[in-house]
Order: sequence, then structure tokens, then C-alpha cells
Amino acid sequence: MSKNVNRRDFIKTSAMGTGGVLAASSMFTWVPSFMEDSVAPLLESNAERTPTVCEVCFWNCAGWVYKDRDGNIQKIIGNEDDPNSNGRLCPRGTAGVGIYNDPDRLKKPMMRVGDPGKQEFKEVEWDEAFDYIVKKMNKIKAEHGPEAMALMHHGTAGPHFKHLFKSFGSKSEAKPAVSQCLATREAGFINTYGAGLSSPEPTDVKNTKCLVLIGNHIGENMHNGYVQEVSHAIDRGASIITVDPRFSTVASKSKHWLPIRPSTDIALLLAWMHVIIYEDLYDKKYVEQYAYGFDELKAHVASYTPEWAYTKTDIKPEDIRKSAYEMAKAAPSVIIHPGRHTAWYGDDTQRMRSIAILNALLGSYGKKGGYYFAEKAKLPSYPHPEYPHPHWTWKDLTKKDGYKGAIAGVTNVIREASLPGAKEKYGHEYKGWFIVATNLIQSVPDQEKTIKALQNLDLVVVVDTMPMEITGYADVILPEATYLERYDVARVAQHRVPNIALRMPAAEPKWDTKPAWWMCRELGLKLGLEDYYKWETYEEVLDWQFKKVGSSLDEMKQIGVKLFDKKKKLYLDDGEDYFFNTNTGKIELYSTDLEAMGYDPMPKYTDHAQPEDGFYRLIYGRAPMHTFGRTINSPNMNDLMDENNIWINPKIAKIWDFKSGQEIWLQNQDGVISTFPIKIRVTERIRHDSVFMVHGFGHKNKKLTRAYGKGASDSEMISSYKIDPVTGGTGMRGNFVTFLTENPHKKEQV
Amino acid sequence: MRYAMAMDTKKCVGCADCVVACQTENNVPEGYCRDWIVENVDGTYPLLDLEIRSERCNHCEDTPCVRTCPTGASHVIEGGIVKVTHEECIGCGACIESCPYDARYFHPDGYVDKCTFCDHRVEAGDTTACVSVCPTEALTFGDLDDSESPITKLLKTRKWKVNAEEAGTKPQVYFLT
Repeated sequence: MSKNVNRRDFIKTSAMGTGGVLAASSMFTWVPSFMEDSVAPLLESNAERTPTVCEVCFWNCAGWVYKDRDGNIQKIIGNEDDPNSNGRLCPRGTAGVGIYNDPDRLKKPMMRVGDPGKQEFKEVEWDEAFDYIVKKMNKIKAEHGPEAMALMHHGTAGPHFKHLFKSFGSKSEAKPAVSQCLATREAGFINTYGAGLSSPEPTDVKNTKCLVLIGNHIGENMHNGYVQEVSHAIDRGASIITVDPRFSTVASKSKHWLPIRPSTDIALLLAWMHVIIYEDLYDKKYVEQYAYGFDELKAHVASYTPEWAYTKTDIKPEDIRKSAYEMAKAAPSVIIHPGRHTAWYGDDTQRMRSIAILNALLGSYGKKGGYYFAEKAKLPSYPHPEYPHPHWTWKDLTKKDGYKGAIAGVTNVIREASLPGAKEKYGHEYKGWFIVATNLIQSVPDQEKTIKALQNLDLVVVVDTMPMEITGYADVILPEATYLERYDVARVAQHRVPNIALRMPAAEPKWDTKPAWWMCRELGLKLGLEDYYKWETYEEVLDWQFKKVGSSLDEMKQIGVKLFDKKKKLYLDDGEDYFFNTNTGKIELYSTDLEAMGYDPMPKYTDHAQPEDGFYRLIYGRAPMHTFGRTINSPNMNDLMDENNIWINPKIAKIWDFKSGQEIWLQNQDGVISTFPIKIRVTERIRHDSVFMVHGFGHKNKKLTRAYGKGASDSEMISSYKIDPVTGGTGMRGNFVTFLTENPHKKEQV
Repeated sequence: MRYAMAMDTKKCVGCADCVVACQTENNVPEGYCRDWIVENVDGTYPLLDLEIRSERCNHCEDTPCVRTCPTGASHVIEGGIVKVTHEECIGCGACIESCPYDARYFHPDGYVDKCTFCDHRVEAGDTTACVSVCPTEALTFGDLDDSESPITKLLKTRKWKVNAEEAGTKPQVYFLT
């Protein structure tokens, strides 16, 4: 048996006992790649290192980049002083070097030639690209006002472009990270505690006695510091309660796993409240001192018994009670964790409210092992004149759509306001977009509508490091240097201890790529905004900022992360007076704000659609070695996982006569068929009424040579979404798929 | 001195950070790995068990790979670390056949390669690359002859098992359960 372990065998799955060896696969041709072979390993002690802040995901861990003897980037290691990583990066951070080395990277500015329908581009020099953009922006400004420019962004490049846009006269910006992810969570907590959670969320996981996870598959979701703290909690004997239709990694490490019927989480949460209130398990002293609306809540949950919830959730009443007792026993060191991607079913703010309320009943907010009070360092902004005041922003449009609880730009509203006829509906319309480091085709539901909006714009500029699908819809593509090749805004992240971190280039930008700060400054100067760019290089800005807080760029280059003295306490003292930033000054179990806006002041349960015969609910999630769709093409990460599978329960596989490894196509409830096939993974780890796939695969751009056509895209299957009325968040878990065994695209290929 | 590794199945999430860290540390060519992840699922929905393990060469006490190597390329160094001298390896594959753990692979440059317990780091007083990155700290490396070492204490206080015990090679990678 030849033992050429190839990439598919890095992760071996088997249903055998221990020590099962899978049949080895055939040798594949060795192509020298991102690593020199036979080089003696590098010792950190005698290598040059520079500080970085990881950009592979939003956790933004601080680390050190080590270079080999020839000055090539060899490895990236966490910074010991960094509270986000504690000196240990996750697999994506460790593999970040592949993002720098990827030969498929965007290399030169490009401009569209010919029809918008045709994806034909020519390479141009930076000046030509900028001149074109500036001409178009000035034309839009003259005809529609500067407000008609919108910015869609994600990650660290965002702030540079926000500054450019505000200087130009537009405050319309949005990121999928809000409406497709966190908006409903933040609204749920703001309307309960008067404060959102932000990131990294201040959950005191390492000190908790009981962690409750609802559809939150931490460990597959590799939020680094959080994963580490879960591990500490396991060490300390904390009990974990996981609610998930899928037997996730963390479910396998849980004391209680509740395999819930998808879309019924609020029923379970209300039943938990019922048990905790009616069996007198809540923190009476805490509720009396800090909470508002307890009597109303008590009456509200009177009929939501575990027996009632069983009919909705499939979770046995005794299991609902047992898990409630487990939480109560641990209180106040208990965390009902809100998770991150919370846009599921369209009543998500209310689901998040339920989670916030349950935490309040158990007295965990502001307590050790519950929620701590995070603190952030303050870094002053480099001086610039006041921004012009826009006549309208995203807020005006969002109000028209009735999302009164929206706290940040809503991507889907900006999209609506860019479609033909938008002016009649909103009184305003967008004519130009900058899309920075977000592949809107994959990240916002209803791809067709996104494409319609893109085709209706006068200017589309895409800034990215990779030829993502979205680049095909651009008029101008600007290749950004990767995070390992650029200075960037300093990281000012909240944590237990206030801190700042520096990202600096470890290497010169490859090819003709440029950092975002440079692009924005050049565009700014060409737009006549020199007053907003009174500096030559970003080092000046950083040095000025660092000196204001008692450090300097030189010092930060040496230390990477600087910690500051705490000014705030982590926890509330017993019985300490505390003012919550709500109308009543208390934790609002009964939300006066939601009521005033015309929404339910207390969460109600709503039945959601269940799959028709032959259809299965599409559940999507993460794998620890990838971030969204952005890392699929990256050599090292692609090496670990190069395609996604569709998880199907054995009983369903039997009905369909499916085998693991077989390729099928997916078709959703709206008749949308997946472009690419996906291999089946028959596994007991998924419910019979659902299927699961990892998000971010099925890339359609052939320029992504490793990722193209590998696996299927869950985003493609998300044509239906339910809007959360409070925030405009798009609930994407209401899509159902059936299976096609014959290639539905065959005819087209003849 | 007897080097060994303990892997805590209660904490491993199968993220493969150990795999990437090893690749970037040891210049492992793309498409190959010296350590890997194994997932075992047992039971029927909803009564299930899942065990995830990070596996690598077991640096056995009884080494069939060294015994079967015709050139002496496979050998044991201080602390029981099993190594392959690339220059002496003729790529015959005898060691690969004899290893019950599938821990060795043919390097595209024509020799057999595998985990070295990062002896270059250990010699410098550091720990292995995989241990140093593991986000859940599921991996522990150390000297079993040192009664004070964390690994010795772990093996005294926790239940553990080894892979393919029946092969009789006395493997030195322990899985805490």
C-alpha cells in the first residue's frame, strides 16, 4: 500500500474504532509551491520578526511574522501579550502566509473594456484607474450629489475608505457583517441592557461554570480567544449545553446536547424562562435591583411550558427542565451565548432578546463567569477639517423601510436604493459603489438582485486582494496589498484589558498591489480633498496617534501590542448601583424602546415554514480552516479543505439510495439549481429534516484556480430571506433544498 | 530522557492548526503532512459520540521502521525521537510498510519523511510547533522520565489510551479520554 498522504487525507473521517487507516490515495504530481523543500527549519530565536495583526478573520489577532534567511515570509505566530490570541493563532492565522503567496492574487489595476455584460478587463496603471474613478465620482456628485456614492466594506481597509467617503460628502456605508450577521444580536442586547456586545464579545467564558450555545458551533467557528476560553472552561469542569440540529464538534463536548427542530429556538428559550421563573430559580435580588418588567414577563411566559415547547422543538420536557436546572445551578456564572451570525429566521432581534432576558434572569450580566465589562483604549484621530454634512444618508432610506432599530448601514437597503425605480421609492438613489474586501455575490442573499443593482450603477469600484466573483461586475478593480505587506489602522479592540496593536508590512507588496491608505490618499488628492490628507505616509499618522497615548511607532514595532491600565471594573460588586443606558435605567425585560417603535416589547414565538416532502432545510456554517469564501483559494488552507460536502442523515440517504462521496446537485424551493455538484457525506451528525454544508465554496471565477468549481455555494441556494423588522437583518435559514442526481446543466454544455 | 506527547480528546476541536504549524515550521511540501486529524463518529442520531484526534508518528519504543530500514537512515536519537536522515534514505519504502500508524510519506524529493517531534526546537529548549500553536492546548509534549513534567502528571491523573496497542510497538503518543 503506498502511503502518499494527500490533501484529502489531512482530515480523515471514519466510523471505525480507533486506529482505522483509510485506503491511501494515489500519488499526485509534485509541483514546487509555496515552500522551498529540504530547507532546515527556522528557529524563531535567530530570525527577523515584525508585528502584524491578522486579517484572515475579524477576530484580528496580533502576531509576529518571521522571515527566513532570504527574507521570505516563513511563519506567523501569535503575540503573547495579545488578549485576542494569547500567543496562539488559529489554523487560518498560522496559514496566513498562503494569502501572501497565492499566485492567483490580483496583481495590477484593471478596467473593464466593452460591454458591462462581458467580463473583459485590461490592465492599467494606477493613475489611469484613479483618473477614471475621479471623473465618474465628480460626475455623480454634479448630477446626484456626493451622497449618491455608497461604500460596501469589510475588515481593516474599511476605515480608510470611510474617511475618503466622508470627506467627499457621503456617509452611506454598510457591511454584510452587520445586516447579514450581527445587527440583530446588537439590537437584542441594546434593547435589553442599553449596550451592544461588539467584538470580541465580552463573555467571561474562561471563568464560567455553564456555557449555553444555541446554533453556535464554536470550534468549527474558530473565533480564536473564544475557542481558547472554551478549552479552559472544559479544563475547569464547566458544563456545556448545546442546542443544534447538528451534532457539532462542541455538541460532542457537551453535557447536554439538545437536537432541536430548526427554527424553533424561541420556543425553547421561552420554556427555559418559564421553568426558571415558575420554579423560583431566577436571581431574585438581581432582578429586583436591576430589572424592569419582571411581572409582565412572568405573565407573558405563563403558558410557555416545557410541554408546550416539546410540540415545537422536539426536545423532551424533562431535557428542557434538566438543562434549565443546570444553568440555574451555575448562576450567576452562566453564559447563554448570543453567538455571532444571528440573522436566521426574520424574528432574530426577538430571539436575541430572549437570550438577553434569560441571562438577566440568571443574573449573569456583569458577573464573573457571565458577561464582563469590556474596555477599549482610546486612540485620537489624526486632525482633519470637519466633514461636509450630507443631505441624506442610509439612515433616511432605512427609516423609509421601517427598520427603526437599525444601528448601522443595511446592505440590502443600499442595494434596494440602487435598483431601477429606487428614486420613486426612496426619493434618493445610489449611482456609484465602492466594494472593499467583501464578495457581495457570496455574502448578501438573493444574488440576482445584487447583480441587478450592480448593472444599474454608473460606477462600480472593487478593492480586493483576490479575483473574487464580485470583481467580474466592476468597472475598475484595484488590487490591494495583503495584510502582510501594509501598514493599516491600528487595532483598538475591546477586551478585559484596554490595548492597541500594530500591523506593519513584513514584506514589500508583491506585483503592483497597494495598501488601502495609499489608494484613498491618492484618490483624495485627485478629488481635491488635500485638507483631509495632511500627511505623506501612514507611518506619520500612526506615529502621531501612538505618541498621543504615550507610545510611538518605533516602540510599537518592537512590542506589537501595548496594554494600558484598566479604568473600569470587570464585574459588578454584589448589590452595587448601576445605571443601564435604557429608558428606565434598568435591564429591560419589557422593552420600552421596542414598544415605542411599534414592535413586541417581549419576545413572542412564531411558527416558521418547515420543509415540504423531499426538501430539507439548508443549514450552513463554518469549518475551522476557512473564513467565509475568502480563504478557499489560499494554498495552505485549500490544502486542508478544498471542497465542502453536503451532510445527509443515513435514513435520508437510504431513501434516496445515496452513498458518501457521490456527487449531486441542489435545487432550492424557488427552483434555483446549484452551478456545481457537491459530494455527499452520509453522517449521523445531522437531523433527518436538514442538510448541512460549509459556507464559502463553489466559486465561479475561473481565475481562482484552486477554488473554482470546488464544492457548491450555499449562498447560491439562499434566494429567499426573511427580514427582521427591527434592524433590516436578513434571515437566511428559511431555504430548503432537494437533490438532483443527473447533471441539470448537461444540455447547456453540448 | 523519554520524550512523549499527550493529546486531550476532550479539548481537541480538529481545527488542524497543528497540521499547518508543522507545514510552515518544517517546510512540508504542499499536499503532504506530518500530522493529521482523525474524526471518529459512533452511534445513531441523537445518541452519538464523536472523538477527534490529532495524530502523528508515535516515536515508538519498539521501532519496526528502524528495524526494517536497510541503510540506517531511520534511526533513534536521544529521548527516543525517531528520525530519518534524508541523505541516507533510498526511498525503498520498507519503513512505510512496517509502520502501523501510516505516519510516513514519500517526500517528492525522493526520501521518506515524517514527524521529528520538532527535535530542532526541543534541542533549543522549546516545544514542538504543533504544541506551541494548539488553540485549545490539547497537546502536551515532555519528558516522561521527569516526574515533575506536565505530561507525566497528566498521564498519572487522566485516563488514556494509545493507538493500535496490539501492534506492540509501545507508541509514545497518548490520547487522554
